[in-house]
Order: sequence, then C-alpha cells, then structure tokens
Amino acid sequence: MQKKTAALKAAFPLTIPVMTGYIVLGAAYGILMNSKGFPMIWSILASVFVYAGSMQFVTVALLASGFDSLGAFMMTIAVNARHIFYGISMLHHYHGMGRLKPYLIFSLTDESFSILCSAKVPDQVEAKWFYFFISFLDQVYWMAGTILGAILGSVLNIDTRGIDFVLTALFVVILVNQWQAAKNHLPALIGIFSAILCRLIFGASDFIIPAMVLILLLVTALKKPMERKELL
Amino acid sequence: MNYTTAQLIIFFAIVALGTFLTRALPFLLFPENKPIPKYMKYLADILPYTIIGMLVVYCLKDISFLKAPYAIPEAISIVVIILLHVWKKNTLLSIGVGALLYMFLIQTI
Repeated sequence: MQKKTAALKAAFPLTIPVMTGYIVLGAAYGILMNSKGFPMIWSILASVFVYAGSMQFVTVALLASGFDSLGAFMMTIAVNARHIFYGISMLHHYHGMGRLKPYLIFSLTDESFSILCSAKVPDQVEAKWFYFFISFLDQVYWMAGTILGAILGSVLNIDTRGIDFVLTALFVVILVNQWQAAKNHLPALIGIFSAILCRLIFGASDFIIPAMVLILLLVTALKKPMERKELL
Repeated sequence: MNYTTAQLIIFFAIVALGTFLTRALPFLLFPENKPIPKYMKYLADILPYTIIGMLVVYCLKDISFLKAPYAIPEAISIVVIILLHVWKKNTLLSIGVGALLYMFLIQTI
C-alpha cells in the first residue's frame, strides 16, 4: 500500500498538464456525442474501452456516415497507426510489468506517452506503479471530462474555441525540454521535417502513415552516424 | 442517432479492438521471453525524440498559410510558449499562457 501511495505521489504532479487538456477535450467529446443524440452511456463506454482522443472524435463522423464495420476498422488502424511507435519506444520500459502490463499497453495515448517517455522513475518508487498511476490518472481525467461534457451538454455557453490548443502547447513544451536535454537534435529535426513534408504532399487527413514510413527510413539510413554521436 | 444497441456495441468493440491492436502490436511481436533485436533498441532510443516533433505537426495539420488568419495565431502562440518555457522552465505556466493567448487570438481576431 505504501509503495502505491509513493508511486501515486510521484506520478500525480507529472499528469497535471494532461489533466487540463483531457478534462476540456473529454468534455468536448461528451458535448459532441450529446449533440448527436447519443445517450451518455455510449460516450462513457467509448472513453472506458476505446480511450483514444482523436479516434473518438472520428467515430462521431463515422457513425454519421452509416454503419460499416470493415470501414470503421480500417479507419481505426489508419488514425491510430502512430501508436505503434509508442509501443516500440516503451518495449523495454514495460518489461516485467506483470499483471499491470495489459492496462499499460491499452492506455498508451499520445499524451500519456509524451509524459511516460520522458519521465524518470524516482528512487524508492516501483516503476510499474509509477507508470500505472500516470496512465490511470490520465484516463480518470478523460473520463471526468467525458461525463462532465455529457451532463452539461448544450447548457454550457462559454466560448471554448481554441481550447484544444492546450495539447499542442503540451507537445511544444515537451519538445523544448527534449531539445535542451539532447546533444543530438537530428531525431527531433527528422520528426518535424518528415511530418511537414508529408503533410504538404499528402494533405491533412492522410499524412501520418507516410510520415511514419519516412521517419523509419531516415532513422534507419542514419543509424551508423547517429550511433557514433551520443544522444544525451 | 438511428442505430440499434447491438450495432453500437459492435461498432465500438471494433474501434476499441483496432485501437488496442495499434498499441499492442510491438509487444505482441517482441514478447518478454525473446530478446529485443538491437535495431528495435535503437528505434526505442531514437523514436521518442522524433515522435514529439511529429505530434506537434499533427496538432497543427489543419492550419493554412494561404487563408486568413494565415496561421498567425498558432505562430505567435508557439513562439511565446517556446520563449516563456526557455526563460521560466515552468510547464504549467508555458501551457496555460500559450493556450489562453491562442484562445484570445482566434476569438478576437
């Protein structure tokens, strides 16, 4: 019990930036589902079992265009393909996580990953519980947001346009932190360059998979020089 | 909404399964009892530094330099976030100021 409390205490401060973003975006999702006439239970089930921000917004559009199981599956793979990179990056961190591992894998969202990949497990804190509480608290925020949005629905009358920029800001801050910590800026530059190039060529809705392929190609081609230079 | 409960259950089950699959794939391909290939270790070291840059671009994917407001609110907010963060190193301050500035810019311009 004491171990878990220590892990929770260490994890909580790191999740605060995600809290704001998730409560707000979760609420936006709840409001959107409510406005399309879905009872709250569906928003909640989606946030419990799907738990993927951008994909949940896509499901609203998918449901509006008719029932198509195969189409829904293909769309899910395409929208979430970037998660594969998160799994690769967490392979060794999530080694030996025991019964917590399935949940840790399930809950690997953009935001949780961005916190997890740069979080240092403090001394005297068990890694698995530290990772678990970061992941779990994030999902709690997302759930709280979803329920809040579904309840408030159209009652809310404040202008929230642009609030999703919280998450953009979070990623920019992490990028700055990584940039200052790393000696070699090539990996960051490859990510930015590949994504911009593919966005320009393939357009806003289809560029992530080409960008991932390009990143893999560049990172693989530059393996030798990259390994010669120290990363941190 | 004009779906039956069964249809919705199937629909969300498919989306949940697809999402979990994208998150679980590397762990399925490289189970704990097998050693992780060196190449994957290399990718695991490099990718976190690469993906965050990609995510920033992903968040900004819908901006346009050709149509008003020409991505100016995004550009101003991001520059402010970077400068503020380099200066104060306070994550919450940088995110809070950046997001509020952005909301102010797009709601008033």
